[in-house]
Amino acid sequence: MNWQGILSIYRYEMNRTFRTLAQSIVSPVLSTVLYFVVFGSAIGSRIDTVDGIPYGAFIVPGLIMLTVLQQSVTNASFGIYFPKFIGTIYELLSAPLSFIEIVIGYVGAAATKALMIAVIILITSAFFVDLTIAHPVWMVTFLLLTAISFSLLGFIIGIWAKNFEQLQLIPLLVITPLVFLGGAFYSVSMLPPAWQTVSFFNPVVYLISGFRWSFFGVSDVPVVISLLAISVFLAAGLAVIWVIFRTGWRIKA
Amino acid sequence: MDAIISIQNLAKTYDGGFEALKDINLDIAEGEILALLGPNGAGKTTLISTICGLVTPTSGQVTVGGHDIIHAFRAARSLIGLVPQEITIEPFAKVIDTVQFSRGLFGKPRNDAHIESVLKSLSLWDKRNARNQTLSGGMKRRVLIAKALSHEPRVLFLDEPTAGVDVTLRKEMWELVRRLRDDGVTIILTTHYIEEAEEMADRIGIIDKGRLLLVEEKARLLHDLGRKELVLELGAPLNELPASLAGFNLSLSEDRQHLTYEFDAHAERTGMTRLLGAIAETGLSLKDLSTRQSSLEDVFLKLVQDGHSNEEAGE
Ligand SMILES: Nc1ncnc2c1ncn2[C@@H]1O[C@H](COP(=O)(O)OP(=O)(O)OP(=O)(O)O)[C@@H](O)[C@H]1O
Ligand SMILES: [Mg+2]
Repeated sequence: MNWQGILSIYRYEMNRTFRTLAQSIVSPVLSTVLYFVVFGSAIGSRIDTVDGIPYGAFIVPGLIMLTVLQQSVTNASFGIYFPKFIGTIYELLSAPLSFIEIVIGYVGAAATKALMIAVIILITSAFFVDLTIAHPVWMVTFLLLTAISFSLLGFIIGIWAKNFEQLQLIPLLVITPLVFLGGAFYSVSMLPPAWQTVSFFNPVVYLISGFRWSFFGVSDVPVVISLLAISVFLAAGLAVIWVIFRTGWRIKA
Repeated sequence: MDAIISIQNLAKTYDGGFEALKDINLDIAEGEILALLGPNGAGKTTLISTICGLVTPTSGQVTVGGHDIIHAFRAARSLIGLVPQEITIEPFAKVIDTVQFSRGLFGKPRNDAHIESVLKSLSLWDKRNARNQTLSGGMKRRVLIAKALSHEPRVLFLDEPTAGVDVTLRKEMWELVRRLRDDGVTIILTTHYIEEAEEMADRIGIIDKGRLLLVEEKARLLHDLGRKELVLELGAPLNELPASLAGFNLSLSEDRQHLTYEFDAHAERTGMTRLLGAIAETGLSLKDLSTRQSSLEDVFLKLVQDGHSNEEAGE
């Protein structure tokens, strides 16, 4: 393994993040505050509790998941698309690096950034609501697995994309709706039965449910199933990466 | 001679079905400077990209330092530095960070002294903290060279290093290439400037339409293919060639003041003595005479043209 090489990619990507530190931090903090004002205060004053949890606290895990999913996909897809776009990818391809090492470098950096923002949102939330975390180890596990899986997805999108429109298509058209319909701001049990059934086809429901369980000990679906879902997702991502590696798809002539 | 790069039966057909390389065989000796010449679209960049791992070969085998570029890609690529034809550089990063990054990618531990000496040798040290996007085109190209040298390669590929570079800088670059060669680095460069190949290279390869037409020692190439011309300046204009000179390979210039005699400089008999004798007999007066050796450019054009006409004849 070329660890030095992996570390170089990781550091370079993290530097890119720190160059735009203000944006990286300000925008998630701002949107969190907005969510709290709109959902927490406006709606929360009418809903009171969901599954016995004050509404303001109830939305925190969903909010974090929403951001982690978006950040992971965006960071990783942009991270690998950018060198492809400006042509500096030649250097990665001519270095003594295997495809897997390149993936570790980019996905690692994208996931790290997503996790950092998750922590920032968690801290911001603590100013608005009382938070208790029932299962901290599981919380971290869910966060990690989600960040890594979706950074992998982002990496795949970045390699697949031929232009900036395609790059933004999936996050916009797929991720955001799935998260909003995935029970970030409500409990699936609040929906009419037909919609509950539909929801169970939404993979994000399992992520948010499991993550929320790690905070409050209550969930829409059994935690084991959530864990299984995220593992399947991770495995699928790795499988696609493997296929790309085998075929040199869209990176080498 | 020990080959550091060995290419056997290499072929590349791009996805669209275009054959960019056809059955290339080439050994490159350690420590030499090889110049690849060829018209646009000949396959020079494809050849370099294949050796460096950017393009997957369709068939054939390439080893670098004895390591197969596919099965032992790590060992093979560690030896190689690549300066691409296009200027591709991260616009927002600082010069020194980009160069350090390259070294890291090749798995080498940080070595500030080496990076400093590379940047200094390319007159980039003063610019080390500048962002890449603020550099001029020539400076950017030098940053690309610095990146390629950052990991101390034993083989350096320069794909048109002097395209769009001014004369002074070009001379500096030639100087740098020579210094690298003195340090034992093997250099493969492509160029459209024949004078550059003539100036720099130990050996010259000529590629056209995906085929390696010829690889030859530069001196030998000029020697073997070199035609010489003897130009005779006449004392008085001549209307037509005297009949007694008709048997010689002579041509009269437009201004009727010069006779040009073309001969093979390395033939047993150049026929020059006989010609001069015949001229003396006609009583023509001569003002001056000079010889001219054909340049690599002539050789190159002739080869490429021959290649084309052969192809047409074959079709
Ligand atoms: N990715 C690709 N897909 C299809 N064809 C390609 C690709 N890259 C290059 N070619 C074709 O292969 C041929 C050789 O291209 P190459 O870039 O190797 O030429 P070159 O000798 O470097 O030319 P130049 O002097 O213009 O740089 C060209 O006809 C080109 O159109
Ligand atoms: Mg080229």
